[in-house]
Parts: sequence; C-alpha cells; structure tokens
Amino acid sequence: MTFIQKQRNILDVALCSLLRRKGKNLSLVVAYVFVIFLLSSVMFITDALKREASFVLKDTPEMVVQRLVAGRHELVPTAYAKVIGKIKGVQSVSARLWGYYYDATNGANYTLIVHQDLITSPGSIMVGRGVARHLSAGENGTIPFKACDGSYLFLEIRSVLPSESELVSADLVLMSELDFRRLFQMPEGYATDLVLRVRNVRELSTIAAKVVQLLPDTRPVSRDEILRTYDAVFSWRSGLVIVIFAGALCAFLILAWDKATGLSAEEKREIGLLKAVGWETSDVLLMKFWEGMAVSLVSFLTGIILAYLHIFFTSASLFEPALKGWSVLYPDFRLTPFIDGQHAATLFFLTVVPYTAATIVPSWRTATMDPDSVMRS
Amino acid sequence: MIFHPAIIALSAGSLLVSLMLLYSAFHGIRILRNWDMGSGSESQLQLERRTYLISTLVACALGFQLLSLFLFIHTVDCMSGLFVGAMCAAGSLKVNPFGYPAIVLRVINSILAGQWLMINHADNKAFDYPLIRKKYGMLLVIMPLIVAETAIQGAYFMGLKPEVITSCCGVLFSADSEGWASGMAALPPVPVAIAFYGFMAATISAGILFYTRGVGPYLFAGLNLCAATACVIALICLISPYFYESPTHHCPFCILQGEYRYVGYAFYLTLLAGAAAGLGVGTLTPFQGVESLKRIIPELQRTLALVSILSYSGFVVVAVSGILFSNLRLTGY
Repeated sequence: MTFIQKQRNILDVALCSLLRRKGKNLSLVVAYVFVIFLLSSVMFITDALKREASFVLKDTPEMVVQRLVAGRHELVPTAYAKVIGKIKGVQSVSARLWGYYYDATNGANYTLIVHQDLITSPGSIMVGRGVARHLSAGENGTIPFKACDGSYLFLEIRSVLPSESELVSADLVLMSELDFRRLFQMPEGYATDLVLRVRNVRELSTIAAKVVQLLPDTRPVSRDEILRTYDAVFSWRSGLVIVIFAGALCAFLILAWDKATGLSAEEKREIGLLKAVGWETSDVLLMKFWEGMAVSLVSFLTGIILAYLHIFFTSASLFEPALKGWSVLYPDFRLTPFIDGQHAATLFFLTVVPYTAATIVPSWRTATMDPDSVMRS
Repeated sequence: MIFHPAIIALSAGSLLVSLMLLYSAFHGIRILRNWDMGSGSESQLQLERRTYLISTLVACALGFQLLSLFLFIHTVDCMSGLFVGAMCAAGSLKVNPFGYPAIVLRVINSILAGQWLMINHADNKAFDYPLIRKKYGMLLVIMPLIVAETAIQGAYFMGLKPEVITSCCGVLFSADSEGWASGMAALPPVPVAIAFYGFMAATISAGILFYTRGVGPYLFAGLNLCAATACVIALICLISPYFYESPTHHCPFCILQGEYRYVGYAFYLTLLAGAAAGLGVGTLTPFQGVESLKRIIPELQRTLALVSILSYSGFVVVAVSGILFSNLRLTGY
C-alpha cells in the first residue's frame, strides 16, 4: 500500500505542476494530439478499407479466368467454359459480361454488368446510388446510352441499388445480356471473362495449373490472390503515408525535447524546493515520469478518439479530396467501425516511445540539479 | 520489404531501444572503470548522477522491449495472409531464415531484460548502489544481444517477399515431418502430460515453500526452468490439439488467432511472467548477503515467487479448462 500511496502522492504533485503551466503544456498536448490523430486516421481508414474489401470478396467466386492476347485482356470464347468445366474439382463455370462505359455528357465512368435477374427484361436496368444521384434520376427514369455504332439506347431504371453496398455499387449499372451486347456490339459466343466455383479451395492451385495447361492463352486469378494484393497494397500505402508523416513526428519530438529542456526560473525553483524538503533525485525522476505519462495518455486517447470520429462518423472528411481523386462518381459510404489492439500498440510505438525517449535526458538534467545553486540563482 | 505500419513501428522501436542501450553501455563502461564509492571526487559525483540517467534509460528501453515482443508476435501472425502457404505466424516466420532466430532472440532478451530490471529495482532501493558493477556488467551482455536482435529483425523484415511460398504450420508442426518442431509434436501425449503436470506441481509447491518459509530459492529457480520447458513442449504436443479439436494440429501460433479467442496470448503472457519472475528469485539469491540489501532482497524475492506461482497457476487453469471443455480426447491416439 505504501508503494501505491507514494505513487499517488507523486502523481498528485506532477498533475498540479502540469496545471500550473497550462499554456506551455497545452501547446505540447495539441501538437501531440495532432500527430496521433494523423497517424491513427491513416491506420483506421486503411484497415477499414481492407476489411470492406474482404467482406466484398467473401462471396465472390474462387477463381476468375481471363484470356490474354499480346499481354492484354481479351474477350474469352464461351466454349472455353465447357473445357474448364470438365476439369475435376470444378463445381461450376459461368461466363461474365461486364465493361466500362464513359458518359461523355457528364464525364462519369460507369461499370456495366450483365445481371441474371434482368435476362428476361431487356430495356430495364438497375443503377447504383452514385449514378442515380449524378443523373438526378430515380426509379422509372430513363438513361440514354450511346452504342458503338452511334445509335442511342434508352434504358429504363427498374430500381436503385441499396445504400449499404454503395462503396462497391456507386458507379454500377446492371443490365440484360441483350442490351449489353447491343451497346458494345459484342459478338455472340464471347464473354468478358469466366468465373469458377470449386469444391475444395485447397485444389485451387492445381485447377489453375490445369486451366493454363488446357488453355495456354488464359490467365487464372484466384480470390485469395486478389485479397492478398489488396492487403499488401493498403498496408504499403498506409506505411508510405506514415513514413511521410515521420517529418511531422520528428518536428514534434524536437518540440517535446525543447519544452522539456527549457525550464523556466519558476520550475527550477520548484525542483530546488522539492529537493530541499527531502525529495531524492529518483523521486523527481518519478514525478517527471508521471508528468510524461499524463501528457501521453491524455494526448493518446484524445488523438485516437478524434481519429475514430473522423474516419467512422464523418467518413474521413479531411482525407476526402485525396481519396476522391478525379472520380466523378464517388460513393457516399460509411465504413464499419473497427479498432484492435495492434492499432493502439503500433501507435504507442510510433509516438509514445519516441516521446518518452526524447524527454528522458531533459528530465534527468532537471532531476539532478543542485538545489543550492538553483535556489541561489 | 513489406511496408506495414506495425513493421515500421517495430523497426523504429528496436532501433531506438538499441541506441538507448548503446549510449547506456558506453557510460556503463565508464562507471565500471571509475566507480569508487569511497571517493568524494567531482568525477565520482558526476558518475553517481549519471547512474540515474542510465538506470532510467535502460529501464525504459527494456520495458519497451518486453512490450514489443507481443506486438512482434501479433504482427507476424497478421502478416500470414500475405504469403502463399502461410496460415499463421509459423508460416510468416519461415518466409526467410531470419524469422525464427528473431523470435528466439526476442524471447531470450525479454527474459534477460526482466532479470536486469529486477536487479536494478533492488539496487535502486539500497542507499549505497551495491549492485552497480553487476548490473552494468550484465548490461554489457544484454546490449550486444539486443543490437543483434535489431539487426536480425531488420534482415527478417527486409527479406519479406510476398511471392515467396512458405510452409503451413500443418507441415512444420506435423508428427510426420523432420526437425525439432515436428519432433516435439510427435512426442507421446501421456508421458508429456505426466511431465507437464509433475513439473508444474513441483514448481508451484517449491514456490509456496519459498514464499512461506523462504527456503530453497535455487530449487525453485531450477524447477522453474524445467517447468517453462515442459510448458512449451506440452503446448505443442498436448495442449494446442485440444483447442483446435484436431489430434494432428500442433501449431503453437494458431492459438494466437481470434478463432481460438486469442488464448495463446494468455498462455505466453503467463509463461513469460512465470519464467522471468521465477528465474529472478534465483538471480537475486547471491545478493542476499549484501548488508544494505538484507531486508530488500527477501521481500522482493517473495513478491517474485508469488508472481511466478500465480502466473503458472493461470497457465495450468487455462490449459486444463481448454482440455476439459474440448470435444477432443487424445487418449485414443
């Protein structure tokens, strides 16, 4: 109990000392919070996007087979589906028709996909919220599409896709096969790519090898590969941003060092008085430790909470210009809130550890000051 | 190299810890050479003042070292999704030859860091710096190990290439494979269970004996070392299959995943705390005779023994509850 009592008393003195110099400490806390807020926001958004990607890809087919001509993605003959379907372990093969459509009138790019539900209803489409918003069109509205031959195709909006899927469906237009082929003049017997379902995911690599062996002009892409690439790309991006922010972190550490070194006459007298009434060097060091802990804890929690609110409640409003890029149709999405221990630990090692290291030497200099000389000066 | 925020944090943290220890070791050598408690000279006064700085620096550095061990384990576990063939940390560590040396060195350094912090704590409590030469001598042993760890960890992170096909834990910790890991997995469960429960019971009993009567510190520390080894073997051979509910799955890393309620962290935290505290009892015993530490050391040793007993008991409770509530019975295998 005496140990805890001692720590409580020293913490009490440390907090009083911090509050006596509100202005100086507040400026440090503001800079500290800002650094943690920036780093934390980057980590929150990349992790949330990674999770969204994995949720989206969870129910997608295990493998996509594309055809390559001169290293470029080419239309695949639907006859390939029969060849692949005979490979043992393949549960089903289906041809997909999809593409991009540039709307010259408003500069937006749409993703067009043929949907099974619309096979029997040519002339109807389903659109994502981004498309509907951009064209100010609702259900039963009509959208004109300019076909490859220069003629126009007027398609009626049957429904607008729900907002829950907006992150992936903002620019989506679902249509019938007939309309799709008419729009792009795509020949019968060809598809954009083929998708495979397999019975046992462990056989994926073997099936991929067999596909390439039977159809050497194809390229199989597995879902795991896509997920791994997303994971690596998002981690790489957040790592890169953190390295860019390292300059701000260094500036903050120099500020912390400077603040801890530049003691006012009043602070020096305070330490001198404490030592004169019997405080040992280790006690003053302990007080400085608690001061640092209080500053770090307040800044750390405030920074993380602000970043959490920024990313998950305001949809990363500060990063929006960078994320939007030049895309005309931008999803109005809300990311799934998510935080884990690794975030906190990584942020701790990126901010609190360097801050503590930067303030040890100034704290020691303060703690080992000679009370006699301090009081005299 | 994979540019992951946690990798950047770990690398920066290790670099900082190494720099702090290099600085401390440099001044530690000066203290070892020129320390003279009987002298009242200016240089001795300077050295005495500097010991506060070195103690604080090393205590902070080694504290960070202990914390970063778990971030390292968690990070390599999370990275398993990036490598073809890897299912958990076992596969991520196998991506290049530096993975396993890095984690082994991290564990050794964490235990050594724990011992140093205990000696430092005892020394700081006494008025006449009785263990100053010992602790700075020990610092000179720990420092190169930590620098080596930073270098090996750096080589491991730099050598992480996503296109590398690594081994799954099912291969590494399989009874049919070759190597130390599969050797442990292939051990018969009944003798391992007897050894595990036997060593745990003996260690906890020796700890209670030491806590209540203060006898047998070396016996407790020795048994503690055996118990820690038995725990690692039992975890691979006996305990983990119950959590996976599969007699052939022996991986000591998959239990760190959310699928198994992160129970691995409970195991490794209690094991590390139990081993470090128990060994600390033995480490501090030679200094019991020092005049200024006569009252401090026994008190500290009792606290350490209690921490060790509670930690090992926690390990056993988690293991036994996992075995009891599992749908698997290994008696038939």
